Amino acid sequence: MRVEQISVFLENKAGRLAEVTRVLSEAGVNIRALSLADTSDFGILRLIVNDNQKAKAILKEHGFTVGKTDVVAVEVADRPGGLALILGILSKENINVEYMYAFVQHSGKDAVMIFRFDDIDAAVKLLQDNNVKVLEGKTVYTL
Amino acid sequence: MIYDEEFETLPREALEAIQLKRLQDLAERVYATVPFYKKAFDEKGVKPGDIKHLEDLHKLPFTMKQDLRDNYPFGMFASPMETVVRIHASSGTTGKPTVVGYTRRDINTWAELMARTLAAAGAHKGDIVHNAYGYGLFTGGLGFHYGAERLGASVIPVSGGNTKRQILLMRDFGPTVLTATPSYSLHLCDVAADEGLDFRSLNFRIGVFGAEPWTENMRKEIENKLGLEAMDIYGLSEIIGPGVSVECIEAKNGLHIFEDHFIPEIIDPATGEPLGYGKIGELVFTTLTKQAFPLIRYRTRDLSVLYREPCRCGRTLVRMGRITGRSDDMLIIRGVNVFPSQIESVLMASEGVAPHYVLVVDRKDRMDTLEVQVEISEEVFSDAVKDLQQREKRIEKDIKDLLGVSCKVRLVEPKTIQRSQGKAQRVIDKRQP
Repeated sequence: MRVEQISVFLENKAGRLAEVTRVLSEAGVNIRALSLADTSDFGILRLIVNDNQKAKAILKEHGFTVGKTDVVAVEVADRPGGLALILGILSKENINVEYMYAFVQHSGKDAVMIFRFDDIDAAVKLLQDNNVKVLEGKTVYTL
Repeated sequence: MIYDEEFETLPREALEAIQLKRLQDLAERVYATVPFYKKAFDEKGVKPGDIKHLEDLHKLPFTMKQDLRDNYPFGMFASPMETVVRIHASSGTTGKPTVVGYTRRDINTWAELMARTLAAAGAHKGDIVHNAYGYGLFTGGLGFHYGAERLGASVIPVSGGNTKRQILLMRDFGPTVLTATPSYSLHLCDVAADEGLDFRSLNFRIGVFGAEPWTENMRKEIENKLGLEAMDIYGLSEIIGPGVSVECIEAKNGLHIFEDHFIPEIIDPATGEPLGYGKIGELVFTTLTKQAFPLIRYRTRDLSVLYREPCRCGRTLVRMGRITGRSDDMLIIRGVNVFPSQIESVLMASEGVAPHYVLVVDRKDRMDTLEVQVEISEEVFSDAVKDLQQREKRIEKDIKDLLGVSCKVRLVEPKTIQRSQGKAQRVIDKRQP
């Protein structure tokens, strides 16, 4: 129930994000979801793509520092209170969300959110116990 | 093995008595024979007779590289030309070369010191020495050559260059000791690999490397790739050439300085004040026994540390640490002396390996600022912002703890710090002089 996410270190200067997307597009890698966290010095770009290995290899070849992290993809009802419900479940059990971002595509009529937890197994179990649908990696890469 | 048991293991009191006697003779001699020193002593108001104790060395003037240039070519010689049997010169990448001379006795001393050096590094009679240091004006080739002969080893005076032929000779002659610059040894290994030869299958047991700065990481790389024990030596043509100090094979930890011939000091490069044992600073040498080209308190510009703890090899000689940089690189930030190598040691401790970094010094509102830019590596990269920020903060704290200087650490992308010919520029000083 884990989804692989790649992350890329970016200095805060013009053109670096464009360079990442250019490299990926030339390699035919499709970006499924992304989020960018930034500080005054640097940024961390997190990506879900359709081909992790290819993306990682091509970015490294172009001199980027690339990391790999497991995250969780969760179906969220696309209506007011959908996300609040899920966060409520997590907060009640003191499960900390490191960060989260939304997926571009819907899964059927539901939205998909990507969550980064410190303790993935506990989080996944809790969500499933509360009848929240957690998506598998292979489903997410091809949504 | 200890080549000269008597002098390399003297009790400290006996050694210091010899040093004092030789220093007194030296001061008399240079004052009488070298006009530069007569003037320099007079300007400092010191007479050769003022040397009563070893500490009185601190009263004597320094000798700078520029002084040697000003007295080009033979102005610093203390012996008449008819007694000088050999002349060497530094490469002189900037300006005129530095010229040094040797009497017959100097050549003999040098051969003895190089025999000591090779023995300390683990070589012995019966070894075959592949000497790939350049022969010629450079002191490396002939220094090793005479020392290896004195030790009773067989020397192959192959010198530098013509690498493919060197590979052939190494394969056919079966040398056991490689003497070369560390970078050339790696080049030899690469060329051997191109020729389909695994360097580790050769007969080499030890390599004696010097004449350029190198690191512990490079030592590991050389030992792995070449299949030999890589030993560090130190010397410079102004002092004698190679043969000033060497690591012993027993401890491989610090280079023993042949103190019966050279007195080492560590000074603060900014003030010239002597620093104690264990403090990093500029290495200064006084040559005690050289006839043709003696030097008083010569400032090498090399940064090192002196240790006097006894060594398990039995030598009583002081040890110096590996050269960690040049005093020209020293920065004064808000009044504190900062060497790039100190920052590097913090980064080493924090990252496990030496990362590429650059120090950017600037002045804002009349205050010096120091920014340490560090290239991020995959090992330390994290997808969480707070991890990377904590890393920056921790390095900032470690630097503050070690140097007493606050700085800003900034992580940057790999390969963004400029490298010139494989050597990285460590400092960008934007302050107006």
